[in-house]
Amino acid sequence: MKSGILAATAAALVFGAVTTAQAGPTLDAVKARGFVQCGVNAGLPGFGNPDSAGNWTGLDVDYCRAMAVALFNDPNKVKFTPLSAQQRFPAIQSGEVDLLSRNTTVTLTRDTSVGLNFAPVTYYDGQGFMVHKKLGVKSAKELNGATVCVQSGTTTELNLADYFRSNNMNYNPVVIESNDEVNAAFFAGRCDVLTTDASGLAGTRAGVAPVPDDYVILPEIISKEPLAPAVRHGDDQWFDIVKWVVYATIQAEESGINSKNVDEFVNSKNPEIQRLLGSSPGMGKALGLDEKWAYNVIKKMGNYGEIFDRNVGPKTPLKLERGLNALWTNGGLQYAMPVR
Amino acid sequence: MTESVHTGSIPDERPPANTVGPVAWLRNNLFNTWYNALLTILILYGLARAIPPLLDWLIVHANGFDTTPQECRTNGGACWAFVSEKLRFILFGTFPYDEQWRPLLTIVIFITLLLVSCDRRFWKWWLGLLWAAGFAAVAILMWGGVLGLTYVENTNWGGLPLTLILSVIGLAVAFPASILLALGRRSDMPAIKVMSVTYIELIRGVPLISLLFMASVMFPLFLPTGVSIDKLLRAQIAFIMFAAAYMAEAIRGGLQAIPKGQYEAADGLGLNYWQKMRKIILPQALAIAIPPLVNTFISFFKDTSLVIIIGLYDLLGTAKAALTDPAWRGFYREAYLFIGVIYWVFCFYMSKYSQKLERDLRRGHRR
Repeated sequence: MKSGILAATAAALVFGAVTTAQAGPTLDAVKARGFVQCGVNAGLPGFGNPDSAGNWTGLDVDYCRAMAVALFNDPNKVKFTPLSAQQRFPAIQSGEVDLLSRNTTVTLTRDTSVGLNFAPVTYYDGQGFMVHKKLGVKSAKELNGATVCVQSGTTTELNLADYFRSNNMNYNPVVIESNDEVNAAFFAGRCDVLTTDASGLAGTRAGVAPVPDDYVILPEIISKEPLAPAVRHGDDQWFDIVKWVVYATIQAEESGINSKNVDEFVNSKNPEIQRLLGSSPGMGKALGLDEKWAYNVIKKMGNYGEIFDRNVGPKTPLKLERGLNALWTNGGLQYAMPVR
Repeated sequence: MTESVHTGSIPDERPPANTVGPVAWLRNNLFNTWYNALLTILILYGLARAIPPLLDWLIVHANGFDTTPQECRTNGGACWAFVSEKLRFILFGTFPYDEQWRPLLTIVIFITLLLVSCDRRFWKWWLGLLWAAGFAAVAILMWGGVLGLTYVENTNWGGLPLTLILSVIGLAVAFPASILLALGRRSDMPAIKVMSVTYIELIRGVPLISLLFMASVMFPLFLPTGVSIDKLLRAQIAFIMFAAAYMAEAIRGGLQAIPKGQYEAADGLGLNYWQKMRKIILPQALAIAIPPLVNTFISFFKDTSLVIIIGLYDLLGTAKAALTDPAWRGFYREAYLFIGVIYWVFCFYMSKYSQKLERDLRRGHRR
């Protein structure tokens, strides 16, 4: 024991790093600190991954940056903490991060017993199936008796069992732990069907498949996976800010405002836009932010559509369609609450 | 009849053709029994099947350093463009791009320190100072914040420097601790003995991964909200605690191998406990313990890759993260081969050096 303590003391001297952080509300602590601490995925293509120069990119990452812009008008005032699936909840509970923006599905238990408050959904996902074209399968209902490649320890595995049971079909699961190996097994022909979140399937098809056109994603989506940023219970002001930063990006798209034309809208006669961009003040004050908060976010990060297209949209290697993530005016689910 | 008496020496006969030469070597080593012959043929067949496609993938059909990922996917063959594109990220992680000469220099310092320490001519008192200076230089380079260097938080450290920091600093701190633990376990004083035994058995009884989880997931929940101890520090402490327990057992093996006469002779010379250990027992015991110690070193060097589960990017972690770039997905083989070679170079050198050291230090025992 003794030498363990000695070693610990020695290491503490080497690193000299016991830090004390906030005591009061999160906003004050973040302002005093000068940057937002954001928990992101350690590597999920298009949502949170480092690029070749080591900069964090992705849809979830851009919402961290949007928070930094709303607070400091600087998208780089963020400290990114890559988190594994197991680490994410302790990290937000213990205050290691101020915001968890890590493709986390909103569920009842997470909202209650895990102690999270979920901001608006930034990506509506759902579990789907991918098959080889030569199977000639057009619907998941035709998959009776199929061999299915699935990642272990995920809700995916449970949803799969539920779906086949409720449709009175049989299947042989090929359960593999790592995502890469599940994909490799599928493309090596070890199973007929690959199942995971639809965004993951599209990304795998576009980025990993030897010949993308040989594979089809079936139309059925068998589960709901609404992914949203989360904060911990107990700080409503901070929760409000996260919530309205997300709404601001959606509202901007709805109002036709983007990063390139936002300056033209500053003098808009539309009272809704005036309130959003801070031309008629009040909204910033209500949130405890600068009146230009939404203007800055739109100017620096773009509206929801721009963020989507930049990270996961049809022009990226992931080639995801808007689908459920289209605005409600275009038949999707993205709907911003009124800014007033 | 003339009697022939041979004078002078008879010219040397060549040995029978079936006992020397390459054919005989093959017969003696590869085809000496029917089952060895069978094994040889099977292995040759296996190699003949495996090597040409491998070389074809590695070299013949490989794509150059400036190919686009799309071209790589259509051409097949190894995509070395992935390695050149991601080289700096794999080696240095998320360290600020323009400052990456600092982790590069860190790697150079570590390798220099290790090489200097390998040469027995430099085993002098000042070697300790050199290490201390080396660690200080590494700390300044990695953190910065002084001498005009910008401050870089250790959450941005990654790649090879992180692997080296965790393993080299971990082993350097754990080694003296492990000697104390081993001596404590062999001590006549019951309290010290019980403490050492409890510590060693407790730590050896849990997997390293659970210790890392405890350090990263459980530990923060016990602290008051807002107080956080650095994640890297927590991982480093977990490594030191674990390495100390394992090395202590290796050293205990060495201590137990020293004949009782050595202890008694040292006592007979009137040496006190620490003199006896330092001058008589430990030099012999550590020499005996080199193979298991190096075994621990090598396995710990590789075990640093477990920090990936607590969100630190060591060399393996950066390689995996490099694969999540949407534009460069699916080049697993290139990534793992590249870092595999780096790990292999370090581990192979450690093992070769330990063999040399073993030979040098145990001259007196050779029969």
